[in-house]
Amino acid sequence: MDIMFNMDLSFYISQPFAQHALLAAIIVAVICGIVGPFVIMRGMAFAVHGTSELAFTGAAAGLLVGNNPLAGALCGTVIFASIIGLLGVKERERDSVIGVILAFGLGMGVLLLSFYHGFASEATNILFGNIFGVSNGQLVVLTLIGIGAVVAMLVMYRPLLFASVDPEVAEARGVRLRLIGFLFIIILALAVTEAAQIVGTLLVLSLAITPAAAAQRLSARPVIVTLLSITFALIASVGGLIASLALGNVKASVLITSISFGIYVIARLVGR
Amino acid sequence: MSQPVLAINRASLGFGQRSLWQNLDLSVKPGEFVAVLGPNGSGKTSLLKTLLGLNQLDEGSILIHGQPPRRGNNQIGYVPQQKSFDKDLPIRGRDLIHFGLDGHHFGFASHNKSDLQRVGKVIDEVEATQYVDRPIGLMSGGEQQRLRIAQALLGKPSLLLCDEPLLSLDLKYQQMVSALIDDYRKQYGMAVMFVTHDINPILNMVDQVLYLVAGKWAIGKPEEVLTTERLSQLYGAPVDVLRVHDRIVVVSSNNADELNGHHV
Repeated sequence: MDIMFNMDLSFYISQPFAQHALLAAIIVAVICGIVGPFVIMRGMAFAVHGTSELAFTGAAAGLLVGNNPLAGALCGTVIFASIIGLLGVKERERDSVIGVILAFGLGMGVLLLSFYHGFASEATNILFGNIFGVSNGQLVVLTLIGIGAVVAMLVMYRPLLFASVDPEVAEARGVRLRLIGFLFIIILALAVTEAAQIVGTLLVLSLAITPAAAAQRLSARPVIVTLLSITFALIASVGGLIASLALGNVKASVLITSISFGIYVIARLVGR
Repeated sequence: MSQPVLAINRASLGFGQRSLWQNLDLSVKPGEFVAVLGPNGSGKTSLLKTLLGLNQLDEGSILIHGQPPRRGNNQIGYVPQQKSFDKDLPIRGRDLIHFGLDGHHFGFASHNKSDLQRVGKVIDEVEATQYVDRPIGLMSGGEQQRLRIAQALLGKPSLLLCDEPLLSLDLKYQQMVSALIDDYRKQYGMAVMFVTHDINPILNMVDQVLYLVAGKWAIGKPEEVLTTERLSQLYGAPVDVLRVHDRIVVVSSNNADELNGHHV
C-alpha cells in the first residue's frame, strides 16, 4: 500500500500539471507570506476579503467576455484597490467604503455568472481555486506579477514598516503615507489575485493572513516574522498540494486552509 | 548673536473658520529651551506639526535654519504625543529606535558600526538597556515614551520638538528625561520646543515660555509670563498664579473647572 502510494505521488510530481501547480503554490506563498504581516499591522484583513470578492467579480467578467478569469480578476482587484487607496485613508472610513463596494461588486459577480453558460466547474474554480488548472500562460503571468510584487515589497519594506507602526513620526520624518499606503494596497491586490488562483477567492485569507498571524505569535522581530510567515505559507500551500495529489479526491484548497489553520493553532499554543 | 534655529514671524494658523493663533512671533536660538503652555485645543500640537511641515500657515512665515518647514527634515527630532502601541505588534524597542536612523529610506538597511554605537548610546541614556529587545506592545507607557525620546535624540537634532513627553513617566524618569534633554541642548546646542501641561519639572531649564490661549499668546521669560496679571489678561478672566514652595500653580479665581485639565 505504502509503496503504491509513494509511486503514485512521485508519478504525479513528475507530470507538468503538478509541476506548474507546485511552482504557482511557491510563488503565491512567498508573496502572501511577505504581505501578510503588514495586512495585520495595518488592520487590513477586511481589505483582503473585499479585494478577493472583487477578484470573483472580475474573474466572472473575464470568463464571460474573453474566457480569461485571471485577467478579469487582476483588473477587478486592481481597480478595487485603487478606489480604496484613493478614497479611504482612515481605517474606519476605509472599511465602510470596502463594505459598500464589496456588496455591490459581489452582486454584479453573481449577475455576470448567471450569463455564463460554459462549464459550471469554471465558476466553482473561481470560488474555491483550482491549483491543478494552472496553464503555461497563466504561470508566466503569475510568476512575473509575483516577482514584481516581491521586489516592490523589499524596496519599500522599511518605510512601509515605519508607516505601519508609527505613522505620525514616519510622516514627520518624510515618509509619504498616502503614497506608501496606495502602493501597498495595489501589491495586496496582486497578491490576493494570485492567491485566488490557488485557493479560490473565498479562501484567500488562509494564505494572506493566517501564516502571518501564526508568525506573530512566535516572534516580535519584523524580519523573523516575515521569514516565518513565508515559511508557514509555503508549508501550507506546497504541503496542501502534495497532500491533495497523494489523497486524490480532496481539493488542494481544503488541505491548504487546514494546514494553515493547524499551524496557527500550534503557534497560539506554543507562542507568546 | 548666533543665527536663530527657528524664526516665526507674524504667523497665523486656523482650520476652516476656527483660528488657533494669530500673528505669532517667536525666535529660538541654538540651545534655547522653550516651554509651550496653554489649555487643551489652543494649538500647541498644531504648532509643532506646522514646524514639521504637516500644517500650512494661513499667514506669516516660519524659518528653520533659514528654510521653510518641510517634512523629513533631519535637523528636527520629534517626540509625538503619547499613543500606546498594539499589544501584538511584531516590533521590538530596538526596531523603533532604528526607525530614527533610516526608517524613511527605501531599499535595504545598512547600519555601519558608528550607527549602531549611536543606537547603543541613546539606549543607555534613557536607561532602556534592560527592556529594549522586548516587544514594544508589551512595554509600559513610560518605557515606550523613553524609547521615543531615544529615537528623537538619535540623530542629534538641532531642534527637538516634544509633545507632552513627560506625560506617562513617573517622577524619577520625568527628572531623568528632562535632565537628558537639558544635557543635549547644552552639549550640542540643541534648541527645544517642549509642549507641556506642567512646567514644574522643567522650570529651571526654561528660557522662554510661549503661552497660547484661544487665539492669543504671550511670550517671555517664565517669571514675566506666568504672572497673575499677564495670564488674567490672556485668558480674559481672572486667573491666579500661585507659587507654592518652588512650584508654580495656575488656578482660576472664580471657577476651578474653567481651566480643566490644565495645571501649570
